[in-house]
Amino acid sequence: MDNILLNKPQKVILLGNEAIVRGALEAGVQFVSTYPGTPASEIGNTFFKIAKDAGVYFERSEKQGSSKRSYEGPYFEFSTNEKVALEAGIGASFSGLKTLVAMKNFGLNVCLDSLLPFAYTGSKGPTVIIVADDPSCHSSAQSEENSRFIAEAAHLPVLEPADSQECKDFTKLAFQISEKFKIPVIIRTTTRVAHQKMPVIFDELKSQNSKVQTGQFVKDVKRFVTLPPRVLEMKKELLDKIEKIREFSEKSSINKIKNQKLEIKNSRLGIITSGISYLYVKEILNELNLEIPVFKLGFFYPLPEKKIKNFIKNLKKILVVEELEPYLEREVQKLAHEANCKLEIIGKKLLPEVGELKPEIVISAVAKFINKDFKIKNLKLKINTPKRFPQLCPGCPYWLVISAIKKAVDVNQVIFGGEIGCYMLFGNPPINLQDYLSCMGSSVGIAHGIKKATGQKLITFVGDSSFFHAGIPALINTVFNKSNPLIIILNNQTTAMTGHQPHPGAPANSNGIQIEPIVRACGVKYVKTIDQANQEEMVKTIKEFLEKDEVSVIIADHPCVFVKSQKNEK
Amino acid sequence: MKNKNNEFNIVIVGTGGQGLIILLQVLSEAALIEKYDVKTSELHGLSQRGGSVEVHIRFGKKIFSPIVSASKANFVLALEMQESLRGCVFAAKETKFLINQFIRPIPLIKNLSEKEILFNLKKITKNVEIVPAEKICQEKLGNSVVSGIYLISYASFKNIIPLKPSSIEKAIKKIIPEKYLELNLKAFNLAKQ
Repeated sequence: MDNILLNKPQKVILLGNEAIVRGALEAGVQFVSTYPGTPASEIGNTFFKIAKDAGVYFERSEKQGSSKRSYEGPYFEFSTNEKVALEAGIGASFSGLKTLVAMKNFGLNVCLDSLLPFAYTGSKGPTVIIVADDPSCHSSAQSEENSRFIAEAAHLPVLEPADSQECKDFTKLAFQISEKFKIPVIIRTTTRVAHQKMPVIFDELKSQNSKVQTGQFVKDVKRFVTLPPRVLEMKKELLDKIEKIREFSEKSSINKIKNQKLEIKNSRLGIITSGISYLYVKEILNELNLEIPVFKLGFFYPLPEKKIKNFIKNLKKILVVEELEPYLEREVQKLAHEANCKLEIIGKKLLPEVGELKPEIVISAVAKFINKDFKIKNLKLKINTPKRFPQLCPGCPYWLVISAIKKAVDVNQVIFGGEIGCYMLFGNPPINLQDYLSCMGSSVGIAHGIKKATGQKLITFVGDSSFFHAGIPALINTVFNKSNPLIIILNNQTTAMTGHQPHPGAPANSNGIQIEPIVRACGVKYVKTIDQANQEEMVKTIKEFLEKDEVSVIIADHPCVFVKSQKNEK
Repeated sequence: MKNKNNEFNIVIVGTGGQGLIILLQVLSEAALIEKYDVKTSELHGLSQRGGSVEVHIRFGKKIFSPIVSASKANFVLALEMQESLRGCVFAAKETKFLINQFIRPIPLIKNLSEKEILFNLKKITKNVEIVPAEKICQEKLGNSVVSGIYLISYASFKNIIPLKPSSIEKAIKKIIPEKYLELNLKAFNLAKQ
């Protein structure tokens, strides 16, 4: 990781996410914001760790005697949530700074409201948004989201790197595209790209040499104000812009065809693919000693339609290799309608729509595609392997909350609300304290609905980072619309699950924003902050609050074991 | 030992907290030292918390996929005995298994005994070696946390992986933080014997 700042051209082994950071630094990024989420977390973590050496500053000082804010290098922050992170980025971009915003797929949903107008206004300072999907949900509850939908919804360019080298190169290219067309550019990764390591060849580092930069917001109502009727003109301008970017995509070397001349020799077969799927295809063609023309797309949107039409026009059969929903397959179908209506298009007929692809899945599909018999050894061998669930760490303060609840109530008579954070492990045996689970902040919102719909007892959990992220509006709703769940805010003073990043209640170097005064200010009368190590007090309060006619809140205040040990090390 | 495409595929299995990602870093750095192309795949987040962890490393002339295909592993390293069974899908008759003699019990269910585990593994390959790395490191170094480093060093000294011990040693020096370096080098040297 320390190697990430080396300035000599050389090969360094980097994680996909680290390579994105390197690419941003090579492009001379000036403003970075993020909310942690696996598999995107290491982008923020890396900026956080290298901050000092990279000249990244966490706080900008007000220049004495001047109203302008100034700073000496790129700025980095962990924002309160992804919407705020993007909005911070939008502000920086409007002020002319080169900006990067990173998040996992669900973060895209959180910031969608701000993202769509940003497509209309466009970026001023070049802006790149990283969105990381997690096919197979290795580190994601809630849904197996495919962020490709954003391309059509927002009309924003989307690039899909396959490995760490491309993560770095595509990030730089994305900044160039954004600069040229004044539009934010999305880079979509997946777990196997973001968490892949390989030797990456470096280019020169720009940001260390960059001079003191000051952003400047220049008033431009026509550009930044999405008020009707101007907003419709903006949409028209955006669509025109996309067609210009499509021309760029047609010529771009990241949309490349391998072995095009082989089509006649090989009974006119072809493969279209992108991202990690391309690496599996390459692997398999080697394995089977096959030479088939392969179109590797670097742009998912806008697609180089002419180039694709040209590729498919003389083919008989094409295999579209992509993970999750058949976005690419549908596009190829549309284009084939115009270019080659006899083309047989095969995709999800041979490949799953649920779960990530693996080399052996792709090899079976390719073998069927070329009508070749191919068996993989041991695939059907049944070996009984006991399932090992992830567990709360030994010494985790949440164990004390669980034991207090089990002492205080009959768990079969109470509904337990869950959401995203370490406490989603409450759903695993032997704890089994989770009756519904959805996205961040939702446990409180859903609790209100259940309380309104039924008279059943309900305890819901929300983490400290999650409370700041999206829990506060839901808490206000329980007061405003009068329901009475018992909300337990698990304040372990860190964003633990994603790797102990700071949050508003627990920033790195200063005192955090206190949770109890916020809860009181929302109008909650029954609120108590208790260290759950005091089991007696905890059990008593749970029993008492569960009988209240109004919403009640317990703030279970005990730091994560890792927060403790960090403090002790200092 | 390398397959026809002149590449070597390793799958490491274990449980969260056993330091699998550090092992990947050491092995990939050693492969780079020997001028191989190298790719790895790892998982973060949920899988860290005491759950099953499975990581992949492939090196050779030119590597595309970061994950090992089913039945294509040359070598499976298991840091926990029950987890070794999760390596089976990547194994074939020729695959070598090196297993840490250590069982981390799974709560509330019937765990498998060493005998049952071996019975299952032998359905796939006879090439299974169990090493009491946990015990050796605890007895000789007073710390079993370096069992993984001991085992990859062992695999290098015994020519199970085609990476020279000197490359592994160099990689350890590059990857392991100063504070823990001495202990890790001791584990490396212990594997020589």
